[in-house]
Amino acid sequence: MKDWRVKDWRYWLAEQRGTLLALGIFIVMFVIYTSNHPAGFTANVVQTAANKGVLLAFVAMAQTLVVITAGIDLSVGMIFLLTNCLASWLVVGTPMQTALGVIAVLAVGLLCGAINGAIVIYGRLQPIVATIATGAVYYGIGLLLRPFPGGSVNEDLADALTGRVFGVVPASIVVLLVIVLVIWVPFSRSVLGRAAYAAGSSETAAYMSGVPIRRGKFAAYTLAGLLAAIGGLFLTFFTYTGEAAYASGNSYTLFSIAAVVLGGVSLFGGKGSAIGAIFGALAFRTIGDLLFVFDFDPLWQPLFQGVILLVAVSLGAFALFRVRNRLEWFL
Amino acid sequence: MDGVAPLFRMEGISKRYGGVRALEKAELVVEAGSIHAILGENGAGKSTLIKVMAGVVAPDEGRMTLDGREVTFASPGAANKAGIVCIFQELSLVPELSVADNIVISDPPKRFGMIDRKAQRRIAEEALARAGAADIHPLALVKDLPLSRRQMVEIAKALARKPRILILDEATSALTAADVSKIFAVLKRLRSEGLALLYISHRMNEIAELADQCTVFRNGRNVASYKAGSKSDNEVVELMIGREYSHIFPPKRAAVPATAAPRLEARKLSWADRLHDISLTVRAGEVVGLGGLDGQGQRELLLAFFGVLRGLSGQILIDGKPVSITSPSVARDDGIGMALIPEDRKTEGLMLPMTVRENLSFAALDRLSNAGIIDRAAEQRLIDDMVGLLAIKTAGLDIPVGALSGGNQQKVVIAKWLMRQPRIILLNDPTRGIDVGTKQELYQLMRKLADAGAAILFYSTDYDELIGCCDRVLVLYDGAIKRELVGAEITERALISSALNIHGEESPVGLGASV
Amino acid sequence: MSETTLGGIAGRMPRFIRRADPAVLTAFACIVLLLFLGSLYSRSFLSPEYLLQQLKVASFLGVIATGMMLVILLGQIDLSVPWAVAAGAMMACAAAAYGPVGVALAIPFGILCGMLIGVVNGIGVAYLRIPSMIITLATNAVAQGLMVVYTGGFSPQDSATGAMRYLATGFTIPGVPNAVIIWALIGAAMVFVLTRTSFGRTVYGIGNRERAAYLSGIDTRRVVMIAFAVSGGLSAFGGVLLAGYASKAAQSMGDAYLLPSIAAVVLGGTSILGGRGSYLGTVAGVILITLLQSILSVMQMPEAGRQIIYGVVIVAMLLLYGRAPASR
Repeated sequence: MKDWRVKDWRYWLAEQRGTLLALGIFIVMFVIYTSNHPAGFTANVVQTAANKGVLLAFVAMAQTLVVITAGIDLSVGMIFLLTNCLASWLVVGTPMQTALGVIAVLAVGLLCGAINGAIVIYGRLQPIVATIATGAVYYGIGLLLRPFPGGSVNEDLADALTGRVFGVVPASIVVLLVIVLVIWVPFSRSVLGRAAYAAGSSETAAYMSGVPIRRGKFAAYTLAGLLAAIGGLFLTFFTYTGEAAYASGNSYTLFSIAAVVLGGVSLFGGKGSAIGAIFGALAFRTIGDLLFVFDFDPLWQPLFQGVILLVAVSLGAFALFRVRNRLEWFL
Repeated sequence: MDGVAPLFRMEGISKRYGGVRALEKAELVVEAGSIHAILGENGAGKSTLIKVMAGVVAPDEGRMTLDGREVTFASPGAANKAGIVCIFQELSLVPELSVADNIVISDPPKRFGMIDRKAQRRIAEEALARAGAADIHPLALVKDLPLSRRQMVEIAKALARKPRILILDEATSALTAADVSKIFAVLKRLRSEGLALLYISHRMNEIAELADQCTVFRNGRNVASYKAGSKSDNEVVELMIGREYSHIFPPKRAAVPATAAPRLEARKLSWADRLHDISLTVRAGEVVGLGGLDGQGQRELLLAFFGVLRGLSGQILIDGKPVSITSPSVARDDGIGMALIPEDRKTEGLMLPMTVRENLSFAALDRLSNAGIIDRAAEQRLIDDMVGLLAIKTAGLDIPVGALSGGNQQKVVIAKWLMRQPRIILLNDPTRGIDVGTKQELYQLMRKLADAGAAILFYSTDYDELIGCCDRVLVLYDGAIKRELVGAEITERALISSALNIHGEESPVGLGASV
Repeated sequence: MSETTLGGIAGRMPRFIRRADPAVLTAFACIVLLLFLGSLYSRSFLSPEYLLQQLKVASFLGVIATGMMLVILLGQIDLSVPWAVAAGAMMACAAAAYGPVGVALAIPFGILCGMLIGVVNGIGVAYLRIPSMIITLATNAVAQGLMVVYTGGFSPQDSATGAMRYLATGFTIPGVPNAVIIWALIGAAMVFVLTRTSFGRTVYGIGNRERAAYLSGIDTRRVVMIAFAVSGGLSAFGGVLLAGYASKAAQSMGDAYLLPSIAAVVLGGTSILGGRGSYLGTVAGVILITLLQSILSVMQMPEAGRQIIYGVVIVAMLLLYGRAPASR
């Protein structure tokens, strides 16, 4: 039994391989990025990069929760937009009003997630069509709130959360860390979280073992809405405005899938962690920004990101070559 | 035990699947502190019995009592709560979770609302140790473990639920000999702790070593209960066999001479760890049976011929020429002309919501169309022929095939392949779950096709069928051919004893000599 | 089993009712209802000019939804529609800039580009077995990237050829817009393929149970691949027509066609899980969506309200027809 201490970390390593790989990619990319950045590795550069990366990180965390249950949420980008528009109305005024506004925005995110979950789990619709449709509704509401870009936000709060702590650490990274500790860690270690994983890995086995499958999945969809709303809040803090830009919502949804895949989360469910997805998001952002430091025309960025996405999703296909009974293709 | 209510009792339990009865007024009494063995052939109703006990299926009628009180189980979870835990043949482990996660999955230890990982680890280690599997690391992912280790985890998981009645369904089938002896020690200790154990196994020597009480099932009924050791193996086999003969088989023809060139030949086929060096021949006009217990590689063998398996080693020859069959579409090709009646007609043989017509012509569309356009007149002619030939009873050709009875559905599966006039026909347990009348029609049809020159390879879990239909039977055990029975050698006794891999079957006394 | 009873009842009903899907009937009923509501709002709703104009607008969506239907019948989905549409339009217009040969080849070139996108989707889904919604999202992103690079991020300057404009806005038969004729031709071809060819049968078979289709000796991968290529090609053709209609291509012209094309197919009674659905239903769905859009815009409903109504209508209809069977 003693030698297990040594073995323990090897199992831990195996479990975290996807996350560590994403971390590795991120670090390499970030080193390349900063070392070629005209300003170099400065607090300013890090802060800007962090603020951009954190937005996608929140949305990717949201996507992770749903993907773990072997589902997909194509409305995360739209919840992100909707809450951004809402925040540009509500998160203003006295500290008290601002706080209530933040709570309201988060509650709306939760509600959006819960609606998705209810339709998919209790209405038994395919997650993909259901979330495309609810995404349209969320976008429509966002557009109703902000037909034109505008609005404002409590700038003190915004500056505090997008600035730096002790002059070096980007505040947004600190917030991200807090959210991980407050939402992801408890969820992943709760019975519901485990039910979400079990349902995603093998729904039959989970059923046979008496796992609360439906509640676990519902919790995952609902929390995904909450995390997307946190992302929406942050978007407001960075831009000081709300804007219902359809293309932006769509690309956040798309990039969240890319980030999740880069972060080692299996699209077939049951495997991966939001931490991995966060590194995946940061890595994806950094790769996208690499073009700038190498003075490429920014026009190439969408193509570059698209190709990364295509390569990332194709990587998962290699498992196919291990399948020895072709009938397993059709499960 | 007189005067005291037994721990668990089932009375008058019946269960039907469609038109097929799986259990018919079955009775069972389980006492605490004993190991109760359930014996019976494939399809005798054992698995349905334990599924009812474990809350997986609800019985059509009958009652169950636990401690003298009547109980019903809405789900496996409810049965677990009542103290009945089953280790199923199909594993119920979640592959992407760790061993420890799986062991505590139905009721994890909690601290401040979160799963207490330290406690979970401790419980898992204890359970693994109790199951004699302390070598399995609790943090390992289940999907990375070999089958035998997974089975041990499954047992540890059951023990962690503190069961009062533990059901083991073929729990040792995937285990190594060393594991089996460990498990036996564990089971004996559990018995001394007052648990009731229900033990289902085909291995006679295991039953002789473990069981206190035995119940034999046959055709969905319990036919005999006796104290272990009070009957000889011979008598036990007799109890398992003795069933009413309800089948009438067509007469067999004179044997195809062994010198005739084989239509289908396999040389040293091996695949993964499921098939080992299988060599066989099937000649035109011959019906060759595949026997043995369920799950000994028969299905894989048929899939291997049909081009479904990858990484197959060995050689397949058609009419003496080596061929490379890489997909079903190659297998059905003119040069090979193979057809496979698959295992599960509902998911592999038919598209249930599609019409009878569409299903019948599906495998022959390439022959029924010119430049991709279906010749509807030709389609109609061929379909009429087939509906006549197989006497398919349907309200019309344009109703969903799912609306037909099981027997007629199976006829559609067979007819859809006969539309291609196959030269080699592989049948995977084609009579499972269909009525007796249709079964007999299928036996006639098989013989007719063989007489018309087809080579037929026929897997069945029903020994009567193998005896009645086959010219030769190959008995598989653990992915290898253990015995070939020809003509008059094909008897129930020979089939069962070679299926159980009992040696020395020449002398009846040697049958599964007690260990 | 429910299938048994359903089949038994269906067997006794007259042929035309038996064959009509309740979803298709509902969709047509909704069309009538919308026309009725519209006529209450304005008399011109029932005028032949208005209806013909709606049919013309519907034909662009109709062409795109035809490809989407083929993919959905397989139990897959094609989310690369937006940029397949845009790529088809842009590439056709771009080809037109290369002299008379370019003008002549503009339309086939545009369609070819869409088919290429479809082929990549098909390889991903059929051979690499990547979930279709993921791979089609990815190819959509790549197509977008390529187009952005090509156009330099500005509105494309090339304009549509005369042929494109003629197809989209001209009249060969007096009174009937060419676009409508094209949709009718494509629709007729689709009906023929789905009901009379072995390819069509195979598509339904795969959509119902790919495992059974594979074990019947069908090369299911090839069929899936072809279906995606056709879907890409038809999306691009829809883009070509749209470019002809507007005289040129635009950056995000395809965005407005993804949700409507899926919605039209699904509202027409095609199962999102595949294997079940008729082209008649898709026609009904396309007209329904187009009328809904038209009425909302006549009522000066802002884009926001349209999106919300869309989403709600789709979810509601799906809850009525598109639910997965209950598990135990």
